[in-house]
Amino acid sequence: MTSIHRFLNKLRILAHRESFDRELQEEMAYHREQKIQEFQSRGMTPQSARHAVSREFGNDTSLKEQSRDVIGFWFETTLQDFRFSLRQLRKNLVFTSTAICVLALGTCASISIFAFVDAALIKPLPYQDPSRLVGVFERVALFEHSNLSLPDYLDWKKSNESFTSLEAYQHHGVMLNGASGAEPGNSARVSDGFFRVLGVAPILGRDFYAGEDLLSAPRTVLLSYAAWQKRYGGKADVLGQSITLDGNPHVIIGVLPRQFHFVPAEPAEFWTTIHASSECDLRRSCHGFYGVARLKPSVSAHAAAAEMESIAQQLQQQYPDSNSGQDANVFPLTEVIVGDIRPIFLLLLSGAGLLLVIATVNVASLLLVRSESRKREIAVRGALGASPARLIRQFVTEGLVLVAAGTSLGLAFAHAAMQLLTKLIPADLIDRMAFLHDLGFNVRVLAFAGMISLLAALLFTLTPALRLASPEMRQDLAEGSRGSAGNTWRRVGSKLVVLELATAVVLLVVAGLLGKSLYLLLRVDIGMQPDHLATLQVAAPRATYGKDEQVIVLERLVLSKLSGLPGVKAVGISNDLPINGWGDTTWFRILGRPWHGEHNEVPERDVSADYFTAIGAKLLRGRYFNEAEDKPKPHVAIINQAFEKVFFPNEDPMGKQLSYINMGIPPVPIEIVGIVQDIKEGQLDTKNMPALYIPFNQAPGNFFNVAVRTSEAEQALVPALAATIHQIDPGIAAFAGATMTDIINDSPSAYIHRSSAWLVGGFAAIALLLGVVGLYGVVAYSVSQRTREIGLRMALGAQRSSVYQLILREAGWLVAIGIAIGLVCSVAAATLMRGVLFNVRSWDLPTLVGVAAVLAISTLLASYIPARRAASVDPVEALRME
Amino acid sequence: MAYTSNPMTIKRDLMPGTLDMLILKTLTRAPLHGYGIALSIKSLSLDVLNVEEGSLYPALQRLLLQSWVKAEWKMTETNRRARYYTLTASGRKQLSKELSQFEQMIAAIGRVLQDA
Repeated sequence: MTSIHRFLNKLRILAHRESFDRELQEEMAYHREQKIQEFQSRGMTPQSARHAVSREFGNDTSLKEQSRDVIGFWFETTLQDFRFSLRQLRKNLVFTSTAICVLALGTCASISIFAFVDAALIKPLPYQDPSRLVGVFERVALFEHSNLSLPDYLDWKKSNESFTSLEAYQHHGVMLNGASGAEPGNSARVSDGFFRVLGVAPILGRDFYAGEDLLSAPRTVLLSYAAWQKRYGGKADVLGQSITLDGNPHVIIGVLPRQFHFVPAEPAEFWTTIHASSECDLRRSCHGFYGVARLKPSVSAHAAAAEMESIAQQLQQQYPDSNSGQDANVFPLTEVIVGDIRPIFLLLLSGAGLLLVIATVNVASLLLVRSESRKREIAVRGALGASPARLIRQFVTEGLVLVAAGTSLGLAFAHAAMQLLTKLIPADLIDRMAFLHDLGFNVRVLAFAGMISLLAALLFTLTPALRLASPEMRQDLAEGSRGSAGNTWRRVGSKLVVLELATAVVLLVVAGLLGKSLYLLLRVDIGMQPDHLATLQVAAPRATYGKDEQVIVLERLVLSKLSGLPGVKAVGISNDLPINGWGDTTWFRILGRPWHGEHNEVPERDVSADYFTAIGAKLLRGRYFNEAEDKPKPHVAIINQAFEKVFFPNEDPMGKQLSYINMGIPPVPIEIVGIVQDIKEGQLDTKNMPALYIPFNQAPGNFFNVAVRTSEAEQALVPALAATIHQIDPGIAAFAGATMTDIINDSPSAYIHRSSAWLVGGFAAIALLLGVVGLYGVVAYSVSQRTREIGLRMALGAQRSSVYQLILREAGWLVAIGIAIGLVCSVAAATLMRGVLFNVRSWDLPTLVGVAAVLAISTLLASYIPARRAASVDPVEALRME
Repeated sequence: MAYTSNPMTIKRDLMPGTLDMLILKTLTRAPLHGYGIALSIKSLSLDVLNVEEGSLYPALQRLLLQSWVKAEWKMTETNRRARYYTLTASGRKQLSKELSQFEQMIAAIGRVLQDA
């Protein structure tokens, strides 16, 4: 009751604040007069009575403040402070805009990178209880995460006791009947319980029922939300409609949620069940699936891995032909999905964090300079009755206003930066990073923004506040002059500059190392000539090209038609293009050597006769294939250098015979007829592996790539390739046309190296700028404070050159310490990020020296300007200033 | 300089809330202006309690906010405008409440001191 009463009374007074002030003023004046009269009546002179009363009452303003505190609302003084801050900040627009921009830059970088990190690493996967989900793989000598064969999967599913459910999935390219003939589509084949194990339910229709993945069940399909929108306009009557995939009609039974993604099987518009029917599906040695499972409540991923390994061992005993060397591997699903990019994202976040440190330190030192130059104002306000607490509160408010403005601007920038960064990511890479689809501000990102702004606010309010509370400051105030002032600033400010410079060095070194990595990566010897090379993927439907002879006829037609295009010099065909991956492996043995059933596993590429010529590979010995070499002819192979090193270290492989490992079939000899220089079949940053090249006509396939060398611009040739294929047969899908240069530049390894090099490079450039500006600020301020001293020195006969020396020596020390600390920290930082670097050591000397030189030169320039100003000081003017 | 400060003057050591009570009590006799209240407390306490402007006016604002006193501008005997404070009904109630509390406390303190 009384508190409401008080509140209403306060409101009433607030409405009549002016008359309240006037009345209080009058009332107290009356009191004072009465008191003076009283003193006079006791015999004092009017003047001494007035003085005595003034002494007794003390500061008039602060007396009124006390009464006002009683009747005012707490926010009134805050509002007052706020208004005063705005006035102060507006008065010095250069300072204000610099501080806000610097802060906005720092927060923008940190917030946007944090949003990426959050989307990728912090936000839980969008499945039910995702921490209990694991990826299940086989493990072989060549690959940690190797595919499961379907028979192995079924055995694992049957025998395990670790999982409530183990499901299989596989990405699968399908042929659709489009309006303009065959068109390629993306699908995934999954086992019946796949969506249940993830805890995902269709938003329309139903999930697959148990047993729907058997060959006997009718073929059904779930649509991705995007496919539903794009192909069916989001209509509900899509259920029950039929769609033909790979020539088989499928009934649409449901639509998946919009936010559903399962990157390892994507991109996929159509989710079908396995319906095992192909030769590969049924063969235990054909590995095409991955597993995903939910752990039973009491089972750890580790224990599950051990159990799966023991099952794999049993299978090795049971089926030595197909399973020897096939172990098991179980990983948390998060590792499977984001494990690869985690180090890069953490690196970027650290880079952004360092930039934020520089930005805030920079603004803090600006504030410090300002508090220095506002000493008089502070002294006056203190004398007029402002309590220290109130003065500090004023600085706090100013700091908060700066931080609020900087953070809001930073958030706006971050929003734009996130959009820009996602736009810069190639589309197929985005598909592999589905978590980026809902990148944006969420609670965690905003909390992060709040946290960094809080820290910044704390730093900004502490610096001037501490400064204000220091005894030296009070002494300065008492002096009320510039005099010897600025010592504190020079001491604290120069420490801040050293911190800035050291941080800038770290960022520059990291950027330099990443840049060098990228440079080396893009210039790594890939064993071919990527320029003037256009490529296309071709998928011929099984219905019309099911037999080997049909494919070979098609292949020859494709080769001759494409060779006829203007400017074309050579046309090659391969089942996989370079810079793709070391997968698609085969098992072989060397005839004439003892063999105990071991699987020698190497990638196999089935290539046409002119393929090596077309891509510009280098033949080291022997010969290339010829077009006439098909199945009835003696089987031949070309190997790469790595193959020779691993399997024929001490003998000449030419003329030696290999054979596939085909269970129960007598080995068919394959003679080695040539050796090529290693071609980078996998990502740019991978090591070369032994690879086996087989004539396309001896191992034809429905799906292949063409690589066309032209003497003209290859970009223009890309659309002509697809058109030519469709002229041959509109039923053939021709897609993913690209130049080899684009393929290399957009490959994940190049992209990740490039984007991190650019981002950290950008951070480093800003850091360098801020560090140099910070140093300039310190030196310039120091010069302005020492004008009198310099003038005196010159009046006493000091040469201009010695003044230069004086100033540059001061700057030189700061730079030297900054660089030294920075270099030590850089080597430590670079050691931490070893895994991200390519062919560069963490103590790469040229980079370290280069960075030190860049920083030394730019800081020298920055301190030269104030040094020149110091040297041009007119002694007479300088001394008269006092 | 004997008049400036009485050695017996208690400046800041009034118990919290006591000043409010003294003001309310002073106003029970007649409406007074701020200076009058200070003067009255000083003389009634035989110059022991010297109420400063810095505590008096904030205290008056507190009482006004609670509506325990009300203020109006009147002319003094010397024909000057001054702000007179009058005790309200709720102020009177508050005073008696505070007085009884205060007496209880004094009694309690007294017992402790006697016992010692």
